[in-house]
Amino acid sequence: MNRRTLFTSVAAATLAATAAFAQTDGEPVKAGFIYVGPIGDGGWTYEHNKARLAVEEEFGDAVETVYQESVPEGADAERAITQMALSGADIIFTTSFGYMDPTIAVAEKFPDVKFEHATGYKRADNVSTYSARFYEGRAIQGHIAGSMTETNKIGYIASFPIPEVIRGINSAYLHAKKVNPDVEFSVVWAYTWFDPAKEADAARALIENGNDVILQHTDSTAPQAAAQEAGNVITFGQASDMAEYAPMPRVSSIIDDWAPYYIDRVKAVMDGTWESTDTWDGIGPGMVGIGEITDAVPAEVKEEALALKESIASGDYHPFTGPINRQDGSVWLAEGETASDGDLLGMDFYVEGLTGEIPN
Amino acid sequence: MDLGSINPILLVASIMVSATPILLAAIGEMVVEKSGVLNLGVEGMMITGAVVGFAVAVNTGSPVLGFAAAALASAVLSLSFGVLTQVFLSNQVATGLGLTLVGLGLSALIGKPYEGMKSPTLPKLDIPLLGDLPVLGRMLFSHDIMVYLSLALVAAVWAFLKFTRAGLILRAVGESHDAAHALGYKVVRIRLMAIFFGGACAGLGGAYLSLVRVPQWTEGMTAGAGWIALAIVVFASWRAGRVLIGAYLFGGVTVLQLNLQAAGARVPVELLSTSPYLITILVLVLISARGIHGAPACLGRPFHASS
Amino acid sequence: MIRLEKRPQPSQLWTVLTPVLAVLLTMLVGGIMFAFLGTDPLEAIRTIFWDPLFNPQFAGFTRPQLLVKAGPLILIAIGLSIGFRAGIWNIGAEGQYIMGAICGAGAGLAFYPADSVLIFPLMILCGALGGFAWAMIPALLKVRFGTNEILVSLMLVYVAENLLASVASNLLRNPEGMGFPGSRNFKQWPAAHNAELISGTGMHWGVAFAFIAVILAYVLMSRHIQGFNIRLTGEAPRAARFAGVNPARIVILCLGISGALAGMAGLFEVTGPAGQISIDFNSGYGFTAIIVAFLGRLHPVGILLAGLLMALTYIGGELAQLMLGVPGAAIQLFQGMLLFFLLATDVFTNFRLSLGRKEPA
Repeated sequence: MNRRTLFTSVAAATLAATAAFAQTDGEPVKAGFIYVGPIGDGGWTYEHNKARLAVEEEFGDAVETVYQESVPEGADAERAITQMALSGADIIFTTSFGYMDPTIAVAEKFPDVKFEHATGYKRADNVSTYSARFYEGRAIQGHIAGSMTETNKIGYIASFPIPEVIRGINSAYLHAKKVNPDVEFSVVWAYTWFDPAKEADAARALIENGNDVILQHTDSTAPQAAAQEAGNVITFGQASDMAEYAPMPRVSSIIDDWAPYYIDRVKAVMDGTWESTDTWDGIGPGMVGIGEITDAVPAEVKEEALALKESIASGDYHPFTGPINRQDGSVWLAEGETASDGDLLGMDFYVEGLTGEIPN
Repeated sequence: MDLGSINPILLVASIMVSATPILLAAIGEMVVEKSGVLNLGVEGMMITGAVVGFAVAVNTGSPVLGFAAAALASAVLSLSFGVLTQVFLSNQVATGLGLTLVGLGLSALIGKPYEGMKSPTLPKLDIPLLGDLPVLGRMLFSHDIMVYLSLALVAAVWAFLKFTRAGLILRAVGESHDAAHALGYKVVRIRLMAIFFGGACAGLGGAYLSLVRVPQWTEGMTAGAGWIALAIVVFASWRAGRVLIGAYLFGGVTVLQLNLQAAGARVPVELLSTSPYLITILVLVLISARGIHGAPACLGRPFHASS
Repeated sequence: MIRLEKRPQPSQLWTVLTPVLAVLLTMLVGGIMFAFLGTDPLEAIRTIFWDPLFNPQFAGFTRPQLLVKAGPLILIAIGLSIGFRAGIWNIGAEGQYIMGAICGAGAGLAFYPADSVLIFPLMILCGALGGFAWAMIPALLKVRFGTNEILVSLMLVYVAENLLASVASNLLRNPEGMGFPGSRNFKQWPAAHNAELISGTGMHWGVAFAFIAVILAYVLMSRHIQGFNIRLTGEAPRAARFAGVNPARIVILCLGISGALAGMAGLFEVTGPAGQISIDFNSGYGFTAIIVAFLGRLHPVGILLAGLLMALTYIGGELAQLMLGVPGAAIQLFQGMLLFFLLATDVFTNFRLSLGRKEPA
C-alpha cells in the first residue's frame, strides 16, 4: 500500500506539472471520452459521440477532443483511461457503468484531471457521476403504448436485470396501466445490450405472441426492422432517435442527449469552476429527449403525451407517485408519496400487476 | 404463464429464418473439414459477407447482387487462409484465428459509411398452391428464396459427397492426403477449392444476417454466429443431414427460449444457451465411443508433397 | 517453376530472420492501409511500435503495462505449447482461463472479509485446480473414448462463458453492488489483491509466474525425460509407443499443465488488472495465447518474445487510436496482418525455395 501511494504522488506530480503547463500556455482544454462500443453502434455510444462532436462544435479551437472506442470493461479500461490522462486530457468522460472502479482508481493517481463517470455511484473530489432519468421518458412511452395497443399486450425487450432496466419497465407499465387497465406486459431478458440478430429474434417472438407494441432497452434498431416487417406493430426508438423507422413502426423515442451536460462540464473546466457533482437529470434539463411523436399516434393521445411530458419536465409530476404497491402486494408508496432517488437507484422489484419474476 | 400463446406454426417459421445464416456457414465449413482442413475463421468470413452484401445491395438496389458479392468476397478472403495453410503450410488453428481478426477489422472499416442505412431486402416468395396450404403454407412455404437455397445446398452437398466421384475424392483427401496424393490427386488444389466453397457459404450466411434477418449493418453484428457454425459441424459429426438438424437445433434453442419468455415462462437462460454445446460434446463422446471417428482423419494436419 | 523443399533441419538463420521480415512487411502493408485511412503512415507505425517503449509522455506507464498485458498471454501460451508439441490441441484455454478465475475468486470470496496471508495462495491453488479440472474433461474423454480434444475444448469455452454470465449475476455478485452484475473488487481487499510486487514495474504475481513458467518449460522440454517423451509423441507417435511412452499419460500431462496455467492466469487477472469477476472480464486471452504460442514457434523463449510483441501491438494500437484517431478496427486488421505475415514467412524456416523443374514425386 505504501509503495502504491508513493507511485501515486510521483505520477500526480508529473501530471500536475503537465496540466499546469498546458493551461498557462493558453492551450485548448482537452476532453477525452472512453466508449464501451463502436461509435457506429447507432445507440448508446453513438449518442455519446454525437455529444462529443457537439462539444467540438460549441468551443471550436478552444477545445480538443480525443476518444477511444470499444474499450472492454475489464483490465483494459484502467489502462485506456490512464493513457488518456497521460496524454494531457483535462477532463475525461467514462461512458459505461463497468468503468466505475477503473475510473476511481485512475482518478486517485491524477488529482488534477477531472473525471466524469456515467451511470455509476462512486464519486471523489475529482470524479463526478451523471446519469439520465430515462424512466421519465418511459412514462410517456407507457402512456402512448397503453393507449394504442389493440391486443392489450405490450412486449418489452430488456437487457440485464439491473435497477436501471427494472425502473424503465415499472415506469412504462404504471403509465400504460393508467390509461388501459387491461394491459399486460411480456418481458424478455435478452442478456445483451447489443446483438442485432438476437434482438430481432426477441422482437419477433414477442410479436408472434400477440404483442402489438414493442418497447426495447437494447441498443440496436433490429427490433424496429422486425416490427416494420410484421406490419401493425409500434415501437419506440431507444438511446437514439431511430427516425429512419418513423412514422411507423417508430412512433416516438427516448433520446439520450448528453450534449448540454458535456458542454456545461467542459465549460466548467475552462472557467476553473468544475466541482465534483452527482447529476441525475431528466426531461426538464434536456438530458432525456422525447423524439417527435409521429402522426401514426392519434391526435388526442399525442396531446396527452405532450402534456405528460410538460408536467414531468416542470417537476409538477413524478412518474413514481403513490399509491404504488410492490408486486407481492406490499405497499411501496402511499397515496401522494413520491419515490426517493435512493429507492429508484436500487430498484429490484416489479410493481403490482406485472407478471413474471425478475431473474437473479 | 400462457404457453398456449406460442403459435407453433410461427415458431417453426421463425426458427427456419433464424437458423439460415448458421446453416449456410456450417454446411460450407463441413465441406472444408471433409477435405481435411480446419478453418476457424468462419466468424471473420461471415462478417465480411455481411458487410459486402449489405454495401452492394445498398449501392445497386439489388439484394441478389448483394448475396453474390458477399459470397465472392468471403471466398476470396478465405483464399488468404487457403494460400497460407496449403502453400505456406502455416498452422491451421492459428491462421484461422488470424482470419477472424482480419475479417472483423476489415468489415468494420468497409462498413463505416453504411451504418444506420437501410437496404432493400429479399421479398418473401409467394408460392402458389403450397403457400396456401393451411398449416404448412405459413410454416414452410412463405419464406424468402435464401431459406430454400440453403436447404437445397444441404441436399446438394449431401448428394455430392455421397454419389459423385468428385465427392469421393474430396473425402479421400480428407481421410488420407498421402494416399490421395499417391493416387495422383492434387491435394492442395482440391483443398483450396473446398476452402473457397466454404468461404462463399459463410459469406452467404453473413449476408443473410445483414440483408434479411436483422436487416441492417452494424459493426460486430455476427456476434459469434461463426463460432456456432463450427460447433454445428461437430455436432453433425460431418454429415450434411445432421448439419441441418444441428443448425435448426442451435437456432431453435435461442428462438424457443425467447418465445418461452415472451409467453411468460420462467426459463433458466444460461442453462438453455449452454445446452446445445453440452449436447454436442455428448454426441462427440457417443460417436467416438462407438469407435467410429466422425472426424476426417487428416483434419487440421498439414500436407506437403515431399514429406 | 518455384517449389518448396523441406529442409532436413529448421534453419537457424531464418528462425531469427522471419519475425523481422514479417514485422517489416506488416509495417509496409499496414502503412499503406493507414495512408488510405488518411493517417500519416510513418507516424502511425512509430506510435504503435516506438511510443509504448520510448515516448517520454507515456513510456513510464506503458512499459510496465506491456508486462501486465503480456503476462497472461505468455503464461497460457507456455502451457499450450507443451501440448502442441505433443500433437495435443487444446484450443479451449479461454474456457480454462474463465473457470480458473471463477474457482479461484469463488474460493477467496468465501472467506471475505478475512485478512490472512493464506487467502491469496489458496486462491491461486483453486484457480489452477479450476483450470486443470476444466481441461481434464477433454483429456479424460480423449483417453477413455478417443474423443477429439480440439472440439471438446472449444465447446467447453462456450459452456464456461455461460457459467461466467451466470455466476457474475448470481452466485458471486457483489451484495453491495446496487444490483449490478459483477463480484466484489479484489483491489479493495488487500488479502486477495494481486498487487504489483514492485511498484511501478507492472510486475504482479501473474507476470512472475509467467517468467517462472518460461524457465520451467525450457528445462522440461530440453532437459527432462518427460519433455523428450512429449516431443517424441508429437513428432513420431508410433516410435513413442514403441519406446514405452504411455500416450494417455502424455494427454493428461499436457492438458493438465495447460489447463492449470490458464486457470492461474485467469485468477491473476481477476484479482489484479481486471479487479473483479464480471460478465466479460475475459478479453479473449485464451485465444490470443494460441496465436502467441505459434508466433513463438512453440519455444519458451520465442513465446516470451511473441507475448511481448503482441502486447506491444495492443498498447501501441491503443495509443494510435488515442493520439491519431485511428479506428479500432484498423488496429485489429493490423494485428491480423502481422499474424498472417509471420505465419507466411515461417515457411522459410522449414522449407527452402528451389527454382527449377518439378521432379517426379
